[in-house]
Amino acid sequence: MINLLSLYALPFIIVLILTIGIVKKVPVYEEFTEGAKDGFKVAVSIIPYLVAIIVGISMFRASGAMDSIAAFLAPLLNKFSVPVDSIPIMITRSLSGSATLGLFTEIAHKFGPDAYVTKLCAIIVGSSETTFYVLSVYFGSIGIKKFRYALIVGLLADFIGIIGAILVAQKFFL
Amino acid sequence: MNYIFYFLIVFSIIFGIINGRTQEVVNAILDGADVSVKIALSLIGIMAFWLGIMRIAEKSGLVQWIAKIIKPVTKWLFNDVPPENEAIGNIALSVSANALGLTNAATPIGLRVMQELKEVNESNNNDKETASDAMCMFLAMNTAGFQIIPATVIAVLVAVGSKNPTEIIVPTLIVTAFAFVSAIILAKFFQILYKNKSNFPFVKKEVNDD
Repeated sequence: MINLLSLYALPFIIVLILTIGIVKKVPVYEEFTEGAKDGFKVAVSIIPYLVAIIVGISMFRASGAMDSIAAFLAPLLNKFSVPVDSIPIMITRSLSGSATLGLFTEIAHKFGPDAYVTKLCAIIVGSSETTFYVLSVYFGSIGIKKFRYALIVGLLADFIGIIGAILVAQKFFL
Repeated sequence: MNYIFYFLIVFSIIFGIINGRTQEVVNAILDGADVSVKIALSLIGIMAFWLGIMRIAEKSGLVQWIAKIIKPVTKWLFNDVPPENEAIGNIALSVSANALGLTNAATPIGLRVMQELKEVNESNNNDKETASDAMCMFLAMNTAGFQIIPATVIAVLVAVGSKNPTEIIVPTLIVTAFAFVSAIILAKFFQILYKNKSNFPFVKKEVNDD
């Protein structure tokens, strides 16, 4: 049922929009191509911001800083029965979507689908969006330089999400 | 952002040298730059497709109709945007696309929303380089990443032989909904805080007054 929903959602939306367009006598082909013209411009305009954020985060990951932070946090999080192996995911989830998914796949392979750490990480990954990426690309695309409180709100919400994931995982799976 | 950028690069290099991972850090520059361009280029096609579809949705009045329906909520959430502006309808589309896990559609729609919020902000005569409250609220909703079905996660669990991968859906939904609501409340809270910021003697005023 749920899988069906996600499978049919996209085709349904497309059919709906096009049908309403035709009914309302919108020249759908002309308007489609008119709108699509901006695709290249927008995609190319976000390259500088993508490079800045992705290079920075790739370097950060490559420096091994993540492991040091994980080692530093481990004793504290152990008290709340949070597995050490889930710590890197908590750090990367705000930084990089592909890195987070990569780490999650690694953990799922290493510990198997029934391990507590796999389930905790599944919740963390499934409930998150990469704050840094979204902010730099979305603001970058329209030339906003002062983010005001957007970053702090994004990071606080991520932090609340992690706490929530730890608590919920304990209730459901421990 | 300037300090974060500086910190990410300089800290990584220094830490990499101490850690004996200088080569990896240097390689990461090239890899990161390469990946960035690949992401952007792979976006061109799908971006064009969704911008085209959305233009039809706007011309047919569908977007404005959605905006009208959700007006009671958005009037409070986005009080610096006219309630029947196209941006509001597109915000609803963007949040729905994210909720359904349609990542391919969500980014183009989201970027379009930002464009429209920028136009609203400029017509409000505000600073072009400073984020508006509506933008911060929209991105708070976006970065919280509300999702009904964590499709990618389920796919990974299935791949490693999980017998019951859907057991993850309910707990994830609880957490993601909680984080989503928290993000909205936080954004609202900071909005009020920043509005009063100009009253604080020690904080530089950042919104111009014309």
